[in-house]
Amino acid sequence: MRKLYSGNEAVARGAFEAGVEIAAAYPGTPSTEIMENIAHYKEIYAEWSVNEKVAFEVAFGGAVGGKRALAAMKHVGVNVAADALMTAAYTGINAGFVLVSADDPGMFSSQNEQDNRFFAKMAQIPMLEPSNSQEAKDFTILAFEISEKYDTPVLLRMTTRVCHGKSIVECRDRIPGPACRYQKNPQKYVMIPANARKRHVVVEERRKRLSEFAENFSGNITEYNDTSIGIITSGVSYQYAREVFPGSSFLKLGVSYPLPMNKIKTFAEKVKKLYVFEELEPFLEERLSAAGINLTGKNVLPVLGEFSPELLREKLQGQVTENSECDVKLPARPPVMCAGCPHRAVFHVLRKLRAVVSGDIGCYTLSTLPPLNTMDTVLCMGASMGIAQGLVRVLDERNRDRVVSVLGDSTFIHSGIPGLVNAVYNRANITVIILDNRITAMTGHQDNPGTGRTLKGEKVPDFDFAGMARAAGVEFVQTVDPVDINETENIISQALKHQGPSVVIAKRPCVLVDRNQFPGQMKIDWDTCKVCKICLRIGCPAISINDSKITIDQTMCFGCGLCQQICPHGSIIPLKSMKTGSENDK
Amino acid sequence: MINKEKADILIVGVGGQGILLASEIISSVCLEAGYDVKQSEVHGMAQRGGSVSSHVRYGDVVYSPTIERGRADILLSFELLEALRWIEFLKPEGTAIVNNMKITPMPVADGSERYPDNIRQKLEKRCKELVLVDGNSIAVKAGHIKTVNIALLGVFSKYLPFDTNMWKKSIVERVPVKTKEINLIAFDSGRNAN
Ligand SMILES: Cc1ncc(C[n+]2csc(CCOP(=O)(O)OP(=O)(O)O)c2C)c(N)n1
Repeated sequence: MRKLYSGNEAVARGAFEAGVEIAAAYPGTPSTEIMENIAHYKEIYAEWSVNEKVAFEVAFGGAVGGKRALAAMKHVGVNVAADALMTAAYTGINAGFVLVSADDPGMFSSQNEQDNRFFAKMAQIPMLEPSNSQEAKDFTILAFEISEKYDTPVLLRMTTRVCHGKSIVECRDRIPGPACRYQKNPQKYVMIPANARKRHVVVEERRKRLSEFAENFSGNITEYNDTSIGIITSGVSYQYAREVFPGSSFLKLGVSYPLPMNKIKTFAEKVKKLYVFEELEPFLEERLSAAGINLTGKNVLPVLGEFSPELLREKLQGQVTENSECDVKLPARPPVMCAGCPHRAVFHVLRKLRAVVSGDIGCYTLSTLPPLNTMDTVLCMGASMGIAQGLVRVLDERNRDRVVSVLGDSTFIHSGIPGLVNAVYNRANITVIILDNRITAMTGHQDNPGTGRTLKGEKVPDFDFAGMARAAGVEFVQTVDPVDINETENIISQALKHQGPSVVIAKRPCVLVDRNQFPGQMKIDWDTCKVCKICLRIGCPAISINDSKITIDQTMCFGCGLCQQICPHGSIIPLKSMKTGSENDK
Repeated sequence: MINKEKADILIVGVGGQGILLASEIISSVCLEAGYDVKQSEVHGMAQRGGSVSSHVRYGDVVYSPTIERGRADILLSFELLEALRWIEFLKPEGTAIVNNMKITPMPVADGSERYPDNIRQKLEKRCKELVLVDGNSIAVKAGHIKTVNIALLGVFSKYLPFDTNMWKKSIVERVPVKTKEINLIAFDSGRNAN
């Protein structure tokens, strides 16, 4: 059966065919669709875990328990899971265990573009790198075999273009994984120092065996054509290279750790000029150079951003694609908070109160863009909590009474909770605002403990944010509907005045999940509108100014009424007059 | 109509316009026709009103998942400004099919920048064939503004050597059952427009 699959769908298919029985992930672009697709296979237990570390541990537990297991996350998620990963490399596994890391060269949706190949080297575990969807599926299956044969977790590294690029995949049937009986084995799985020292010896031995494996791995492919140029590459860079250098010789590496050094040396000797194409860091290059191999790589190719065929043509063949005649500077089209987004009102209020906003990662990060310009810092998930506590200790008195940590429901559960406990414990005078839009929105609307539904669609009790805050010892805990601006301002002001940590929960569903939650759309009353442009300052994409006239785009407005509340002239009015309730039901 | 054996197609517009669905339909038809196909897009911000692009390439063997500047055979744009933004990907002898409508980006909405004038003329200067389509009114006539992506697909379909039924089959498999009828009407109206 031939299918057009994204790399993510192909990994999910590979997990299915490999007989995986348990899989866990925390969403994160570009990895999210892996678990969304695995969840469709009824044979596999799949979950959204609350963060990547827990996801890793759940899957690892499944593997130790004797069933093939997979965890998936975006590149920065591996940082969160790294504590578990580094020692899982010591314990090894029972049934096969694969960790998928989805890297994001070019930072299409990420806060950095770290190169996760270094994790393989640091943990001393093998890493496979597919270059298209067929390989994504095949390598997933191979990764389980390697994992079991060498008793090691295996990293499968994807990148955005492999994750989201679709190409043809040949599908096969599911084959159950090998029978691995669960046996208590504390010498192997209880990592007290005495045991860990012995396991480190095993890791070193394994590394030698893995180097032999790499020499013979079927995913490392040598193609000798014209040998005046030879190219060593992996992942999607291989596809770009084939496009630009169709007649050259290739060593395409399917494994990026450990490297098949003998194979590489043989190849390097047979070609006249050697290129190494790798996105991001000179990971292959450093190893090859250390082995005395002469090559052209990062001396001409960038470490920043993603590659493209065009880039290779330009840097290696000197072919520059002309810029078009359209030399006018075009207005950018940045992503924006949606019309009707419940986050907007909170940022309107924070701007008004001149809060110092320690921000976090989610749709609400978009409030950092004009015209809201609210965030002071955004670092990584959950960081708003700790950073606010550092700021509040050192800022001058003008600012230290208005330090706010703002984070979403999913982010609070992911890594905000320890920070909140810390604030209570150390009496940090911060205000925490949890933007509870009842979903993990930024990554495409995944369920989380706050939504009361699991990945498999099972109903469970909703997570109680207020109860959590009280249990942590917070005295000031209030829930507010952000669509009511006056009340939101009132509550946040009280929270700022409160001495000690305070928590405000702004609760209102994401407008893309519940599109009909508001009574009716808005329009401008041009007779009274003074074009004061105050409504433009909330950054609603439905409101714009054309030829000195403010308009509300009816194809976009959800009727949240935020603009109506801030208009000083009463010039924003319901599109349909509010006579009877039913008339307004859309 | 373009070269039958292979083509590079770039589909662009604004997040939320149904670009990903349109490109999925195009790729599935190429696959059905027996070609190697690659489709590349970037998810994540797509629903948040940002500029979105999707690359579809088909042929006997396709390597790079992305199209290079100056090499696309067809540019299908769902919005005017986005057509201008991406026009440099089109080869000079290529065809641009452009939905004749504007979506105001935030820097224009808040008055800090201007939406460019004379986009039509600027596009004409840059490509051999410009097809401006009133996709929104075709869609509204078909039954719903949301069918605009399928209406544009109808116009676009005339430029690829594939049978109408293949397009329709792929559409029916991918749109919500309730909207099947109006999407097929939108497709036909697009295909038969001028
Ligand atoms: C460690 C890590 N994991 C995952 C992500 C991807 N990510 C970015 S925002 C986000 C979720 C945000 O959800 P929430 O906090 O509920 O805010 P919303 O987008 O719903 O406003 C995720 C998972 C990330 N940036 N870092």
